[in-house]
Amino acid sequence: MKFNSKSKSLLAALAIALLLLPFVTEALLGRGWVRIVDFAMLYIMLALGLNIVVGLAGLLDLGYIAFFAVGAYCYALTGSPHLALAFPMAFPDGVHLSFWIVLPLAALVAGGFGVLLGAPTLRLRGDYLAIVTLGFGEIIRIFLNNLNAPINLTNGPQGIGRIDPVSVASVPLNITQNIFGIALPSVHLYFYLFLACTVLVILVSQRLERSRIGRAWMAIREDEIAAGAMGINTRNLKLLAFAMGAMFGGASGALFAGFQGFVSPESFSLMESIMVLCMVVLGGMGNIAGVILGGVLLAVLPEVLRHGVVPLQQALFGKTVVDPESLRMLLFGGALIVMMLYRPAGLLPSRVRRRELDTDEAAEKV
Amino acid sequence: MEILLQQIINGLVQGSVYALVALGYTMVYGILGLINFAHGEVVMIGAMLALSALTALLGLGAPPALALPLSLVLAMAGCMALGYGIERIAYRPLRHAPRLAPLITAIGLSIVLQNLAMMIWGREYHSFPQLIANTPHNFGGAIINDIQIIIFVMALAIMAGLMVVVHRTRLGRAMRAVAENQHAAQLMGVDINRVISLTFILGSALAAVAGLMVSANYGLAHYYMGFLLGLKAFTAAVLGGIGNLRGAMLGGLLLGLIESLGAGYIGDLTGGFMGSNYQDVFAFFVLIAVLVFRPSGLLGERIAERA
Repeated sequence: MKFNSKSKSLLAALAIALLLLPFVTEALLGRGWVRIVDFAMLYIMLALGLNIVVGLAGLLDLGYIAFFAVGAYCYALTGSPHLALAFPMAFPDGVHLSFWIVLPLAALVAGGFGVLLGAPTLRLRGDYLAIVTLGFGEIIRIFLNNLNAPINLTNGPQGIGRIDPVSVASVPLNITQNIFGIALPSVHLYFYLFLACTVLVILVSQRLERSRIGRAWMAIREDEIAAGAMGINTRNLKLLAFAMGAMFGGASGALFAGFQGFVSPESFSLMESIMVLCMVVLGGMGNIAGVILGGVLLAVLPEVLRHGVVPLQQALFGKTVVDPESLRMLLFGGALIVMMLYRPAGLLPSRVRRRELDTDEAAEKV
Repeated sequence: MEILLQQIINGLVQGSVYALVALGYTMVYGILGLINFAHGEVVMIGAMLALSALTALLGLGAPPALALPLSLVLAMAGCMALGYGIERIAYRPLRHAPRLAPLITAIGLSIVLQNLAMMIWGREYHSFPQLIANTPHNFGGAIINDIQIIIFVMALAIMAGLMVVVHRTRLGRAMRAVAENQHAAQLMGVDINRVISLTFILGSALAAVAGLMVSANYGLAHYYMGFLLGLKAFTAAVLGGIGNLRGAMLGGLLLGLIESLGAGYIGDLTGGFMGSNYQDVFAFFVLIAVLVFRPSGLLGERIAERA
């Protein structure tokens, strides 16, 4: 990538704005909102991972959060005292692997699940993948909920707590640190960690998109038969996209577990998968900037609803008629429908994608 | 031996409900070649509508013998309207769009339906009122009660009726023609839009019946019940060969049996490691196994991949 001086200065301004973001947010809205921004970054990472699967390769994955769960539980098991309950002889204090060892492992394990799931379904038409992933998301949750007996692996619905915080260069991020005389609370530290990870994910996505593999994915998305005729090994490349997306999901999951210090099955419900899918669809499938926009919008929306809708209803009706949670889901579902009907390429569409999803044009061709 | 018989009975009853729902998936798939993701939610709405109508009618003092059929009819009418609406909103505008688009609208629609149901009926479980004496009968050592008998017989009757509709009537012929080749059917004067709408309506009516049956069988209805039920019924449709009506019926019954036998014996098979709380997992493994070994299903002649 080459930058001219104008885009260089733009990039620098953006970088400074992002570096100051947690301080500005804290000053304007309070520290709770910095945490929300942190979660937004996690969601953006997830959405970028799903974007590879849905946006680039055109495979609908409805159980994406399951890979996030796999990653989160990987770190929860290997970075907490929990395993001492199941195997007191082998691990009297539990397992406390370094986060930076677990991170690639979590990605690999999630990717492995992706391959297991994708191998039988990707030979078939896309809708099968959608429904199998939907089922997989639910199955993972059933297993997480029930694997507390007879060997207590996941601690069931109670979840696993006391997960070690992430440490960068043996500086733990869960307490306020003084760096160059600036006091950085935990949420700020995690913000910078997530920012670095997100930038990395963006760079990787961008590189992938412009690579031979990325072009092959887009070719498959647009016409699988034609792509196959051009010598693209469609099955392997679809599997690669699916596994790659799963790996991103797994890595974000490990970050989530370290950040939160606690994981439980209820964080990984179908609704979370739908939310991440919504981010990708709303922003613009296949377009990185669009996906980021979608991620920011949808991660902040529930908080706005929580802080806006409840008081509004209290003022209007004197009680809460519609709870913000179901209102949020209603809006997500509605957004999926409306976007597909009226703006299928998303708010910030990628050029290729727009051409392809334009229904009028497609109808003309038929 | 009694336990085995009992599991078989439970499996067949549950399976007949799966079969009814699976028919809805398979009819739509046969005609449009797409999975109607929102179908499970139609079942849920059917159950909820039937329960509400039933409670209201009983509250008005209607005798159960009148209230039950009437609430079933109301639920069917509601679901038929819903099915028609789903097709018009989510599928018809996107009939020529890329494949991903109708899948996403369908997902959006089922989320909307689920949350609307939650707003209307709340998060709690609704219990099915005790209407008939529900006498248990001893059947070779196993217990089968009245409700189970009614469900099974009714499901078989409805399936037989559907076969008659599809194979003996003008509408059925039109449906088969559209499934075979949409353009050719259109050229022969079949009103495709009407046939597709009627297919959705028919499938949704079956879903309403299934919804009432499920809630009567378990004694409960819940806004979230449609999701897993839909997933399992879809599995049943794939197991039998999606697009094939007889396959959906066979697949439904088989899946019911697999689930109930699996849940009954998984404890013994895994040495107590997994219990019957894994019951919901079987359908998923069946689905994966079918997709790996026989993607066209048990009775499906057509190859599943028809890009």
